[in-house]
Amino acid sequence: MNEVIIIYAVTLLLAWPLGKYIAGVFESGPGTGGGVFLPLENGLYCLFGINPQQTMSWQGYGRALLKLHLVLGLAVFGLLMAQGALFLNPDGIEGMSWDLALHTAISFLTNTNQQHYSGQAQLSYLAHTFGIVTLQVVTPAAGMAALIAIVRTLFGHQEKAPSSGSTVDVGNFYQDIIRAIVRIMLPVATIVALILASQGVPNSYEGAQTATPLDQTSGITEQTIPIGPVAPMVAIKQVGTNGGGWYGPNSSVPLENPTPVSNFVETVSIVLIPAALVFALGFITGRRRLAVMIMGVMVAMSVGLTSVTIWSENQPNAAFTELAAEGPNLEGKEVRFGATATALWGSWTTQTSNGSVNGMHDSFNPLGGMIPMIDMFINVTFGGVGVGLIGYLLFLLLAAFLGSLMIGRAPEMAGKALETREIKLVCIALLIQPLLILGFSAITVAFPTLTGHSNPGFHGLSQVIYEYTSAFANNGSGFEGLGDNSVWWNVTCAINLAIGRFIPILAPLAIAASLAAKRAAPEGRGSLSIDTPTFGLMTLAVIVMFTLLSFMPVLILGPIAETLALMS
Amino acid sequence: MTDSTPDITRSASWLASLRAGIVLIILCGGIYPFAVTSLGGLLFPHQATGSLITIDGNVVGSELVGQRFDAPGYFHGRPSAANHDPFVVSGSNYAASNPELRERVRQTSQLIADRDNIAPEAIPVDLLAASGSGIDPHISPDAARIQAARIASARGIPAEQVNELIQRYTQAPTLGVLGQPRVNVLRLNLALDGKERSD
Repeated sequence: MNEVIIIYAVTLLLAWPLGKYIAGVFESGPGTGGGVFLPLENGLYCLFGINPQQTMSWQGYGRALLKLHLVLGLAVFGLLMAQGALFLNPDGIEGMSWDLALHTAISFLTNTNQQHYSGQAQLSYLAHTFGIVTLQVVTPAAGMAALIAIVRTLFGHQEKAPSSGSTVDVGNFYQDIIRAIVRIMLPVATIVALILASQGVPNSYEGAQTATPLDQTSGITEQTIPIGPVAPMVAIKQVGTNGGGWYGPNSSVPLENPTPVSNFVETVSIVLIPAALVFALGFITGRRRLAVMIMGVMVAMSVGLTSVTIWSENQPNAAFTELAAEGPNLEGKEVRFGATATALWGSWTTQTSNGSVNGMHDSFNPLGGMIPMIDMFINVTFGGVGVGLIGYLLFLLLAAFLGSLMIGRAPEMAGKALETREIKLVCIALLIQPLLILGFSAITVAFPTLTGHSNPGFHGLSQVIYEYTSAFANNGSGFEGLGDNSVWWNVTCAINLAIGRFIPILAPLAIAASLAAKRAAPEGRGSLSIDTPTFGLMTLAVIVMFTLLSFMPVLILGPIAETLALMS
Repeated sequence: MTDSTPDITRSASWLASLRAGIVLIILCGGIYPFAVTSLGGLLFPHQATGSLITIDGNVVGSELVGQRFDAPGYFHGRPSAANHDPFVVSGSNYAASNPELRERVRQTSQLIADRDNIAPEAIPVDLLAASGSGIDPHISPDAARIQAARIASARGIPAEQVNELIQRYTQAPTLGVLGQPRVNVLRLNLALDGKERSD
């Protein structure tokens, strides 16, 4: 339990200065760190052939973001199909099928890292580094860029009041993403990678190692140990809310997470940047109280949900009753971490959109496995790098809309009127989530040949719901017993992945631009203040109500029914 | 600026996106992992290639990869859904409600109870639960202790000697708080064979 408290405390204490740094990085002009990084960045702009000073409208910004993603997506898709015939492939791994390559490319392109393959056996070093690691660096940076553009536009001080009907500039996409990559993602990942390397995460292009096991009576006469340039990948998958690991079972594998120290560093890395961005919001906008209020709501949700998982996983697994000594549920968990540290990770990885695991969620006790699902339904507890806070801002707008109506004022936020267009966009961005998750789950369950579930009964339904939820939330964890490498799963998940990524980025960008174009009414005594504890509670209530109304029925049919069945 | 400049020119051209994509693949997918891997390999050469254990010139395994032990004179590790194959690595992914899990635990429990002459209710959970990776190199100190008598009799050595080795190879939580107490099964078995330097 002390371990949990220490990890929470260290993460939040590191997030504060990092948030201040991030805010400085995105200041206009050279920004914090400009002295060191500007020459490299200017070289990159030159290679791209763009002018970083040229600002873009929200449509232009969105288009630049989508175009870059399309280019990278096609490149990685081709790489995955062709890896068998290319270099940097010492273990002789073959190319992927079209549907698996499609799913994998979109999965990493959307910062999800849902894996329907096992990396150590199905990806060459070339595909792992040039394909996967590239997207693991670029996609969180894209999320961060979008967040910065939205915050800048939503809370920025317009120098001149825009004339009606004019479009508002939100910034330059390339400048934002390059600063995020060069000054934030790569330096943080490098530090984490070197700590992990010291703990035993491999760093080599040599190819798999061979060992002769000690007990030759066991029938295993040779052991092939896959290694590779693992540490840089594991570091960026943790700090960039990516989650896709080198080895199939992710950070439960000792080569990917060797010691309690590496586990500590990897756990802190899950929440570090998403939390830092909340503080950054305060520094950028000058609304420190708002940032503290948002952080308060997020930490409250996080602690509440995480406690349930930790409690649940410290209960015995029902299948072990009378067959073992009393003890926590260790099925699918590693001895060096134990139940509590695994439950903490399982909860944090789904509260952010990380999705890495250090134990198997499929084998969590039913209530312990329900919390990660709820975490992903909410998806704004900390959320993914950039996109988590963007999602929270949507709930903030909805709460401001409802709150204004409750106190009998025309709906507004920060002095800008919330009208039909904004609320329509908010509703589209929010409602598409239950629509897609429940819709695809219903279709899949209706055709039992499609499900591929590996556990019987209620848990089989949970496996299906979890997979689509994870895809839409851009999380990437899974109830991994599911047989998900089929054309049906690959294609339908790819649809969820793409919509779950780009609608929640583009709609808020449009909302921010739309609000910024309006004339601001001065904030007076009668206006709704969004940085009070009351409003924080209001936002929390909106999030809880929205999640319960959308997903309570499936939770009852899945994990809650499973719990009741085990109790009887 | 609204009507004079169409949006498209204020975005970025396809050519710029293509060039940016190529440059980013080289920077993030080439230079970053290569630089870190080179530096990590230089600073931590033993860890870089998988923390291998070499004895008399032969690689007998990795500190970080659990092995399968069947002989009565060795400590046995945890059940593995991957048969301890680091190329296959996997958990069982059985739900608590899956009857196949109950059946597997029943069989393993029976096996250990007979083998180590112990009541099922006294078997530490980690010896019955499959690990997440399938190659967990550790067991709990309790799980090692219940095997001591069997190993002592198989090797014809006093049980105190075995228990003393367990004691010596038990790793405590880091700084007293991070992680769980544990024993590395491969290193403990190498020590039984007199092949491991004690530390």
